[in-house]
Formats: sequence, structure tokens, C-alpha cells
Amino acid sequence: MNSERDSETTFEEDSQPNDEVVPYSDDETEDELEDQGPAVEPEQNRVNREAEEQREPPRKDCTWQVKANDRSFHEQPHFMNTKFFCIKESKYANNAIKTYKYNAFSFLPMNLFEQFKRAANFYFLILLILQAIPQISTLAWYTTLFPLLVVLGITAMKDLVDDVARHKMDNEINNRTCEVIKDGRFKVTKWKEIQVGDIIRLKKNDFIPADILLLSSSEPNSLCYVETAELDGETNLKFKMALEITHQYLQRENALTTFDGFIECEEPNNRLDKFTGTLFWRNTSFPLDADKILLRGCVIRNTDFCHGMVIFAGADTKIMKNSGKTRFKRTKIDYLMNYMVYTIFVVLILVSAGLAIGHAYWEAQIGNNSWYLYDGEDYTPSYRGFLNFWGYIIILNTMVPISLYVSVEVIRLGQSYFINWDLQITTTLNEQLGQIHYIFSDKTGTLTQNIMTFKKCCINGQIYGDHRDASQNNHSKIEPVDFSWNMFADGKLAFYDHYLIEQIHSGKESEVRQFFFLLAVCHTVMVDRIDGQLNYQAASPDEGALVSAARNFGFAFLARTQNTITISELGTERTYDVLAILDFNSDRKRMSIIVRTPEGNIRLYCKGADTVIYERLHQMSPTKQETQDALDIFASETLRTLCLCYKEIEEKEYEEWNKKFMAASIASTNRDEALDKVYEEIEKDLILLGATAIEDKLQDGVPETISKLAKADIKIWVLTGDKKETAENIGFACELLTEDTTICYGEDINALLHTRMENQRNRGGVYAKFAPPVHEPFFPSCENRALIITGSWLNEILLEKKTKRSKILKLKFPRTEEERRMRTQSKRRLEARKEQRQKNFVDLACECSAVICCRVTPKQKAMVVDLVKRYKKAITLAIGDGANDVNMIKTAHIGVGISGQEGMQAVMSSDYSFAQFRYLQRLLLVHGRWSYIRMCKFLRYFFYKNFAFTLVHFWYSFFNGYSAQTAYEDWFITLYNVLYSSLPVLLMGLLDQDVSDKLSLRFPGLYVVGQRDLLFNYKKFFVSLVHGILTSMILFFIPLGAYLQTVGQDGEAPSDYQSFAVTIASALIITVNFQIGLDTSYWTFVNAFSIFGSIALYFGIMFDFHSAGIHVLFPSAFQFTGTASNALRQPYIWLTIILTVAVCLLPVVAIRFLSMTIWPSESDKCPSLKAKHVPKAAFLQNSKFMASLA
Amino acid sequence: MTWSAAARGAHQPDNTAFTQQRLPAWQPLLSASIALPLFFCAGLAFIGLGLGLFYSSNGIKELEYDYTGTAGTGGCSACALADRGRAPPPPCSCAWHFSLAELFPGPVYLYYELTNFYQNNRRYSVSRDDAQLSGLPSALRHPANECAPYQRRASGLPIAPCGAIANSLFNDSFSLWHRRRAGGPYVEVPLDRTGIAWWTDCHVKFRNPPLVNGSLALAFHGTAPPPNWPRPVYALSPDPNNTGFVNQDFVVWMRTAALPTFRKLYARIRQGNYSAGLPRGSYVVNITYNYPVRAFGGRKLVVLSNISWMGGKNPFLGIAYLAVGSLCILVGFVMLVVYIRYQDQNDEDEDEE
Repeated sequence: MNSERDSETTFEEDSQPNDEVVPYSDDETEDELEDQGPAVEPEQNRVNREAEEQREPPRKDCTWQVKANDRSFHEQPHFMNTKFFCIKESKYANNAIKTYKYNAFSFLPMNLFEQFKRAANFYFLILLILQAIPQISTLAWYTTLFPLLVVLGITAMKDLVDDVARHKMDNEINNRTCEVIKDGRFKVTKWKEIQVGDIIRLKKNDFIPADILLLSSSEPNSLCYVETAELDGETNLKFKMALEITHQYLQRENALTTFDGFIECEEPNNRLDKFTGTLFWRNTSFPLDADKILLRGCVIRNTDFCHGMVIFAGADTKIMKNSGKTRFKRTKIDYLMNYMVYTIFVVLILVSAGLAIGHAYWEAQIGNNSWYLYDGEDYTPSYRGFLNFWGYIIILNTMVPISLYVSVEVIRLGQSYFINWDLQITTTLNEQLGQIHYIFSDKTGTLTQNIMTFKKCCINGQIYGDHRDASQNNHSKIEPVDFSWNMFADGKLAFYDHYLIEQIHSGKESEVRQFFFLLAVCHTVMVDRIDGQLNYQAASPDEGALVSAARNFGFAFLARTQNTITISELGTERTYDVLAILDFNSDRKRMSIIVRTPEGNIRLYCKGADTVIYERLHQMSPTKQETQDALDIFASETLRTLCLCYKEIEEKEYEEWNKKFMAASIASTNRDEALDKVYEEIEKDLILLGATAIEDKLQDGVPETISKLAKADIKIWVLTGDKKETAENIGFACELLTEDTTICYGEDINALLHTRMENQRNRGGVYAKFAPPVHEPFFPSCENRALIITGSWLNEILLEKKTKRSKILKLKFPRTEEERRMRTQSKRRLEARKEQRQKNFVDLACECSAVICCRVTPKQKAMVVDLVKRYKKAITLAIGDGANDVNMIKTAHIGVGISGQEGMQAVMSSDYSFAQFRYLQRLLLVHGRWSYIRMCKFLRYFFYKNFAFTLVHFWYSFFNGYSAQTAYEDWFITLYNVLYSSLPVLLMGLLDQDVSDKLSLRFPGLYVVGQRDLLFNYKKFFVSLVHGILTSMILFFIPLGAYLQTVGQDGEAPSDYQSFAVTIASALIITVNFQIGLDTSYWTFVNAFSIFGSIALYFGIMFDFHSAGIHVLFPSAFQFTGTASNALRQPYIWLTIILTVAVCLLPVVAIRFLSMTIWPSESDKCPSLKAKHVPKAAFLQNSKFMASLA
Repeated sequence: MTWSAAARGAHQPDNTAFTQQRLPAWQPLLSASIALPLFFCAGLAFIGLGLGLFYSSNGIKELEYDYTGTAGTGGCSACALADRGRAPPPPCSCAWHFSLAELFPGPVYLYYELTNFYQNNRRYSVSRDDAQLSGLPSALRHPANECAPYQRRASGLPIAPCGAIANSLFNDSFSLWHRRRAGGPYVEVPLDRTGIAWWTDCHVKFRNPPLVNGSLALAFHGTAPPPNWPRPVYALSPDPNNTGFVNQDFVVWMRTAALPTFRKLYARIRQGNYSAGLPRGSYVVNITYNYPVRAFGGRKLVVLSNISWMGGKNPFLGIAYLAVGSLCILVGFVMLVVYIRYQDQNDEDEDEE
């Protein structure tokens, strides 16, 4: 034991994590390395498998072969896949797309099949079949069929409408045209006729019909600009460039018709930004990458025409591969509801079984001796009991509500329309919005606007950007800098430091000009001229802000070609050769450009995150410390920083590097890794120029929203990739942190967790996880605490750390059985430790009022969400705007996408999306809360009304020999759920509000009912059931008492079955409709209309069905002729109905009144507060807020 | 109601009260000013109704006689001994003697009551063919399957009326005799055997098939009566308007009872000297004892009763109303007390805030 612990401790006490660095790239966590197989897999196997993976042939993934202008090539037998039996189909899809599900013939069978896959529908199908068996059929065939048809019909209509829309869409797209080479010349062809290998020509503003290889275009170097809005939502232009060779030789039509290039590339996949392939032409091979591929869905811009060769068509294209199945999220209430339906189902079976036994007993005692019951069959009493079991399953089937699922769908749809009408968002997890416990928020673009403005900079150790005049004196108020001397200034930048301009003009410090030159040259911004004005299109707002700033300070980026870049330097235009662009990506966190000046010097300019730049600086680089101080100052002002640096490169050094670069860029496997390695070689020994500071303002209403949400007991965790200081300052800015908050950092937590683990171990070790959990707080008092933790600490704390040692261990084979066992054991122990530790961490973090995780990777964001989801069992919501938030958005119960500056990826994977963070308070506190309350009330009422309705049969059984006799007319059973009791509850589910939106926002504390599941849980469910059961008893036994001996007003037919059924049914309809009236807290005329309408409808339909006319037409189907008019003529029956309804409802009123008086709920208190305490000003302010929202 | 006046973009939804969920509404709080008066008013009203119902019910006179004939009860024991098995027992008659010391106010109704007779048993109550009973000639020849085993005779003749309900038609009959003075002659009290069923039943739901050559018997030609019936359906009564499917005894029987103990109207007494009621004197009810009930433990009663505005004698509803009304008042007081107590407390709480 001792030695084990030692090894663990050393393992744990590796070097302290570094707060500054983002831990590592997402692909290399230990988890992924470990989790490739089951945890207890023998090491030997893993080693073998890893070796196998290493040995795989390098070109294995290049199996997609395309030949230009040769359709027959793709129809060769070895490209055929067997579909069913012997029908073969080419593996190359053609370009017609099919998103629809049904056609005219398949709609009915397929749609029905899909619908019957749902358990509820299938259950009713089974019932229908049971009903068709004459021995056990206790209800008329239409009683189940009719509601089922209504339910199926509604769903089928919805599917039909959706599918017709898809058909239209598909048709429209498949019949678009473009020019394709056929028989030696370009011919206009429909999209659906395009095939792999075809050469096509596209004009400006055309949609691209398939994934094509760009061969040539009208622009120099065969550049081609595309807009990718449909793929990723980014509206800035991107350029694609053809190969040199195709650019040279494939400009003309006759050259294109004879083009016979052969392409080998990877199989179709969904990665939009990756492509590897090789073109074989004229006995040479050329590397192909994503830069040469035009993807379907993009639009050609600023390019007159271009030629391309189709590589992937139709369903193989990347956009189609991306439109995968959407994940189906279900709400907590869905799960709860399902369990309740199962519970009811079990109750149904038990009740039926009990009654069946009763029937068998009754048959033996009475039925067998009753000559009048003789039915010609000599069944034993127990067999009759068995038959009656099924009979009761049929008549009591309404306990399991058939229309529940459809009604829930309808209500969700309606609620999402309401939310959409208010906030322009649509989806169907609405009631879950009322139960949120934890919000995980991205920072940039979510809390902040993601509109970047250049605020400050540090050049050569000197900070610029404060309010200063030209002679370095600080003023609190000073005019913004006048940029009118600069013909390229866009007039949008407000800068207050006149001294910087002075410096630029004087040119005393060469670094100042160098600094802005770097900003103008080192970027991937595209430029076009609109009316002579420069217009920049940047991929990220940071970059746009920097290039614009350089432009305003006199270093305007004017134009770019493939190999050159033109800059106006304080009025003089100079063109630089671009030798290489070393791209930005999220791992590298920097970009560099290598240019040759007109004088012939080669220079590398680099900008990037401070952490990665500082690692690569030359040892002698000046002003390191000053710049670091400046960076800290910027960070504390919540500014975003980038470091700039450069380096001179010798011609020879460049030549050498260029060779490696070329080799790496045509590598066909692992090209990215190879390139990264080559980049790394040249990006070293850099000389620091300075740092930029960009401001990203908080969005409107963020602090208010956060404090509202905090009052609603929603915990907000900010997860950001920013630096600790920046994150902390944002925390203060948005009032997540306040002056009296005690902030805990990684170290503190680690210590706390360590002690806790020790304690737990002493108490029984990690194996004691089955012991009852101990709830002891980590912090002594309830003072306001916040947690700020960096990604590296997070890994440290959660033992997610990548350990080199374990990697080495892996390569060793376990020699003996003993060793192997030891290893699995220690692994299992590690797992348990990890779990314990994670749980402790989550417990600790949840004690804090705010948690900020900075320097976290997208994967860690998702991991944090998952931890809380797993250990707290709470409903989580993740909100973010960028691609780096997608993981977390998908992990959380509810994902919210902010449609901001960073494209649509977050929005696409989210459940809700809107434009600003502050809408969240309205979404959660108003709509979420309403939806939750409505759904809960709806469900409670639904179970109540079905129990009240169905169990009357049960009570009646005791008086009819358990013979499965119904207590109502068949038609009443048929229509009860569909017509007589559905509309009011649907409307309540759509319209009810216990307090208005304004009050919901003003009293966020009202929100907690949802978090605590107060309104719908097993207790409430059983209360509803008991209420239903009691109601059914009253509904049966009061009429029973009244009918025991009675005689009609004129002595006639005193106590017949049909009058009895009508009496109970009328009392039931009035009771349940009045009950929903009592449950409705927001009575609009629509509610009133529906409640009284339902009752009126019941009487109307009943009198029709009992009329002479319908009896003459269908004497067997309508057997209650005359019952309504004869029974309801009697005051005695009305008095019975009134008494029944009163006894059902008055106790409810009394209990509600008493509980409201004795234990008023928060929302009960609200309206009185409104009347007494709310000052008028608050009202006005609120309505203004509403107006601004709307 | 706040109407936001902000300008809206083209794609934004209408700012209507409905879409913004601001429909004018009443929020019916169960406030004391509504709930307390409701309970007191309802309580008073229910007590009033309850008293009315209770006294009406108490004012109704009822006389009943169990003539099942279990050992030691009256004259029908002998007949009861013959009541064995399912086959129709031999005809037998017995009598019920009673005397009235004062006028039994009219109109007086004569009922028969059966107990432990499950007319509401599902198997029994579906065994009928409403199409046949509504006089459809096709259904007359082809009774519904539900009627089995009383659908067709062994000879293949369709049974009219088919089914177990019709087959088990109650066939005891009663006659009432009155003697004013001891030793005087018994005079038969006229029993009105028509108008004992619902009008809708006799005229809409139950119809004879169209006459053939003016004869009902011919209309029923080719059908057989139910096995238990001694006569065919068209011979149920000599009165041509009261025979066949519209025979009122038959119609009354076919309107099945809700509960295993039930009364069915046999006749009204409202003619001649008896329109005001049954005068004092001694009476005898002569019973033709046919119907077998002892096999299944049933009982047969004959009941004389008059009625009030609320129907026959049934104290349940009156008592229930009285109980519910009193409870309402009681609960009302409890609510009042609770309300006053907690109202003060809440006011204090709010003052403290």
C-alpha cells in the first residue's frame, strides 16, 4: 500500500502547471490515447494493434479515382458496389440530390411504418388488433381507431408538408444549370446530369454544383474567389488557386475537351477544410490540397469564369456529407413522462388482472348459475376471467393517454412559435429552459461584442494609446487624432494618443514604422475596391482591426496577388514578393509571412499569442521585460493582445528551408504535421517588436443579465481561451466577480482537493465510493466565492495530465501474469481515483458563486460541461458563438448559439440561437419558466383527466360482475380525449402564465421552481393520479347512490343503464372542464371560449347522437337514441350532476385556498407585490426594455 | 398591457397581443373575496336543496312485497318450489294481501323489482340487435351475431327478437283487487299498461317491421320466437298498437338496468275511482308466478309507490345535499379563520420588510 501511494504521489507532483499556456492540442489527451479499447485490454494486444496501425500502407486513404472527360472509366466493374441482391451501383454518386423521404407511392406505407415505430402508437395498434378478436372485444372498433387515426393523421400531415417542401427544394436545385463539356464542347446541362470527371465552366455569382478541382479561371494565376456563407456562414471572400500547370495549359475550350488528367484522392468525407489528393497528368504528379477545391454550396464571386473538374458529386460532396443526422435531444420531462407512462401501464395490467380474477370468481359464484347469461359457450370461469383480462386491457386503455405524445408535440411547437415571435428562435426543448441550473458561457463574442477596435500598442517597450498630446503630456480630455493627412484613412478609428502620430511622422524610432508595416503585411485579409475605397475582408475580426489600424496610421494594404503584396507606406507604394505564408491555426496560435523587399532582403514577419511568441524569441531580443509588463497592463484592462516580431533571413538559409517547405507541401500523408514541423524550423530567434491591444467591448446588458440569472440561482461558468488576467477582468466587468468576492485559484483548489482526498482515503479509501456520500462543504462560511482556474490546472486537478511515463510503460510488454494483474489493478485504482477527484472538484466548484475557466481548449470546455452534467445531474446550458464552442454546445443539455461575427458553426449545432447574450434572460426567465410551468400543468392535468375518466369503469365493475362493461357510451369514449377535453388543456399549455413577463424578469427568484423540479415529479404525478382516482370515485358513487332506488319524474324507466351513463358522462365533462378552468391562472377569452365550448360541444354532439334521425340511418351504431332528451329532462338527474361536480371541485378550491393562504408560493405573492410596492419608474423602465427587445 | 412602440424590421413578426402573449386576461385568484362567499352561498343553497329533496322523498309512500317465495314468506313458497333450473317452470299463481288504513295518494305506480339480476353484464347487454328491433326487414331475417346463441333456432329460423335480453323477458303478471269493506267483493283495480315506456323508445327505437297484407303475423313469417317465449312476438298483446316489437312490457325490459338491483314499471293506476289514489280498504295482488330467479339467488318484489317532482322515494340525494351543504359552511368558517389569522401575519411580515 505504501509503495503504491508513493508512486502516485510522485506521479501527481510533477512540475507545477503553467498558468500561461493552453495545455496542448486537443488531439493528444491521455484519454484519447488510453480509450482506444476497453480499459482492461491486455497491453500485448494494444501494442500489437498500434504496430499494425503504424504499418498501414501510406497511400491507403487515396482510393478515390477520377478521370477527366471519361465517364466510362467510372463505370468499370470494380467501382461497383452491390446494393441489394445483384443490383449493382457505381460507388460514384451522380449529382442529383435527394433529401426527401417519401414519394407518392411510398408515403403511406413508409410514414405509417415510421409512426408505428414509436412505442405509443404501436401500443394502440396492438389494442386495435385485440379489439378485432370477438371474444375479448369490449369496445366498438371505432373507439380506439378514431383517436389513433386523428393522431396519425396530424403527424402524417406534418410530415407530408415537410416532405413536399423538400421535394420542391430538391427539384429546384437539381434543375439548376451550368456548362459541361459534352461531345467536345460546352453545353448547358442540368445539375442532376453532372457526373464525376466532368469538366464544367462556372460564371460569376454561380452556385458551385459539386465539389470540383479548380483548373483555371479568368483571373491572373487562376485565382478564384468564393463566398462560403452556405457552408460556414462566413461572408468574407476566400480565394482558391489552381495549379500552375493547369493554369497554363487549360484555359481554352479545346484544351479542356482533351484534358485527360487522373486524380487519386481520399474517399468522400465531411471535413470542409481538408483535402489530400494527387493529379497525374503528362506523366507528372501534382499535389492537391483544399486550396484548389471549390466546394458545392459556395458561390463564385469577383471571378468572370472558371473551369473545374468534378471530383465528388451529389451525395459524396462535403456539404452533403456534413448534413448528417441531427442529434435528438430529449428533455428531462420526456424521460420522466416515459417512466410515468410505464408506471401507468403496469398499473393497467395489475388492475386488469385483479378485475379478471374478480370476474372468474363472480362467474363461479353467480354467473354460472344465471340462466339468462347463457351464451352457448361452455367456458370455465377461469377462462372467462382470462378473456376478461384482455377485455379490461381494452376498456382501461385510456389510462395510458394516446393523445399525450401528440399533445406534447403540439404544445412544444406552439410554445416555440411564441418564443420565435418574441426572440426569433425556434426549437422544441422549451420546458427544459425552465430548469437550467448551470450556464456555461464562452467569453469572446458571447459576453463581448467581438467587434474589435485597435486601442493601444506597445512598441519597443513604450506604451501608446493613452490620452496624450504630441509632446507626451497626459490629458484626461483631448481631441481624437486627426487622420486626414492619410488618403487611405477610413475615418472609423478613434485614437487619442497624438504622440504616436508624432513618432510615425518623425520616423525617429524605426520600430514604430516597422510595427505598422508588419500589421499591413502579415495577414490573410482580402481586399477589393468599391468605388475607389478599399474594402477589407478579414477572416477574423482581430485581423481586420489590425490591418485597418495600420491603414489609418499610414501603412495601407492595397493589393495582393498570389506572390506579391502591395503596401502604401506613408504615401509611397511598394510591392513585396511573398515567399511563403505560414498559416494560422489554433494549435500554432501565430502566423508568419516571409517576404522579399524590393531591395532584395528576405524577412519573416510574425504575429501571434504572447505565449507562443515568447518561446521563439531570440535570447538577445530587446524590450522583452517592458513588453511583458505592457502585456500585463493590457490584460488587466481586458484588452486582447498579440505580440509582433520579425527576423531577417539569409538568402542561403531561406533556400535551404524552402526546399524542405516544398517537399512538405506536396507530402501526401500527414501533410499538415510535416508543414508544422517545417514552419517551426524557421520561426525561431525572432526579434520582438511590440504588442497590440485590441478592445472587445462587453455586449449590452451583460452585467444586468448575469445578475438576474444569478438571482434565479443559475450558476454561470465562463469558459474562455483568454488569459487569466483578461478573464478575471471580464469577470469584474460583467459583475460576475465583485469587490467582496474571495477568489480561489488553481493552487488553492488543488490543496483543498488534496486534503479532501486524504480525508476520504483515511475514511475508507477510494473503494468506499459506495458508502453514502458525505456532504461537507469545502468552504467554512457562505461568503461569496469565485473560482478562477486555468486549463493546465484543470488537467492537473482532474488527473487528465498527459504523462510521458505512462507512454513509456505502454511499450513494455507485461512479462508475467502477476505483472499484468498488477497493472490492470493499478489502472482500475487510478480510474476510481480520477472519478473521486472529479467529483470532489465539481462539488467544490459548485459551492462557488462563479467559476471562470481560462486558457481552456474546446475539448476542455466540453469536458467541464460533461463533468457538471455527470456529477451534479443538473440541467446545463452552454452558450457560445464560435467554432470552438461547438463541442460544449453539443455536450450540454441545451446549446445556444450566438449568431455573431464568427460564422454559423455554433448556430448550426445549437438548439436555440439569437444575436445577443442578454436575450438569454428573457429566454430563460420568461419563456423557459412559462414553458416549464405550462408543460407541468399540462401533464398533471392530462394524467388526472384520463384517470378520472377511465377509472369509473373500474368502480362500475363491482356492480356488473366484473364483466368489462363500460360506464359510458362508446361514442363518448371515442371523443372524450379528442374533442371534449383536449382544447382547453392545449390552450392552457400554450397560453397560461402565472405571472406576466415583466414580473418574471423582475423577480428572478421565481425561476427556482423549475430547477428543483417542483412542479412535475413523481410526487406530483401521484397526487394527480390520486386526484383522478378520487374524482372517478365521486363521479361513480354519487350517481350510484342517486340511482339505487330511483324512479323517474313520471314513473318511467327509472334507472336504466343508458341514463346512468349519460349522467356520469355529463358530470365528468363538466368536472374536468371546470377543473382546467381552476388550473388556468391566465384566463383569456380564448380559454373561456374553449372551456364552455367543450362543454357545449359535448351536449351538442350527444343530443345529435341520441336523436331520432341518426338512429334511423344507423340503428346499430347509435344505440342511445332518446337517452339524452329523456334523462336530462329530469331535475333529479341535474341535481345529481350538480352535486357530483360540486363534490369534485369544492375540495380542490378549499385546498388551494388554504395552501395559498398558509404557504403562499413565490408567484402567489407576486401580484400583490405588484399592486403595493412597485414604483412607477420601474414599470416604465421595464416597458422600455421590452420595447428594445422587441 | 404594454405595446412596444419600437420600429420593427421587415422580417420581424407582428407585434400583436397574441404573438407577444399579452392577450387581455383575467387572473382568477382564489382570493378570499371570491372563495369565502362561494362556500357560504353554496353551503346555504345545498342545504336548501337538501331539505327540499329530503322532505319530498319522505313524503312519498311506498309499499313493497317480496314474493320470491323463500321459506316462510307469504303465499309464493309453493310456486318458488317449482322454480328450478332454466326451463320455464309450470305456471303458478300466488297473492299478496295488504290493507290501507288511509288513502294512498295517487297517481300510484306498480313496479316489479329484481335483485341480483345482472342486466348490465356486458355479455348480456350486447346480446340484442337494434337494427332488427327498429323494424328493418333485412335485420329481421338476419339477426346480428351478437345475439348468439339466440340468433337462430336449431331449425335455422331466425329468432325475432333475437338475443339473450329478449329471451329472458320478465313474464310474471300482476292484477290488483280492491275490497272496500271487510267481507265485500273484490273489485279489480284498472291497471294502465300503456305509456309505461319512453315515447322515443316506442316510436323511434322500437318499430315493427312493415306489415304484410295488413298483418303483423305475416310480417314476422319465417321467424321464430326466442326459446323461452311461449308465444310469438306479434301475439304479446291483443292490442294491435301494443304488440310486436313495440309492446311496452317488452320495450321496458329491453331498456336494460344500470345496476343488478332494479325496478321496472309495470302499470300506472290512474283510471276511474283510482285517479286520486288507492282508497283505504284491503287489497290483494294476484301474481302469476313464471319467472325463475332462485337459481342465481335473485329476489322478486312487487312495489306500489307514488312519486313527487323529483321522482320516486330515494333519501340519498337529500341527505347527500344536506351533508355537503353543511360541510361547505363548516369549511367556509375554517377558511375564514385561517384567512384572518394568516392575513395578519402576512401584513406583519410585509411591514417588517
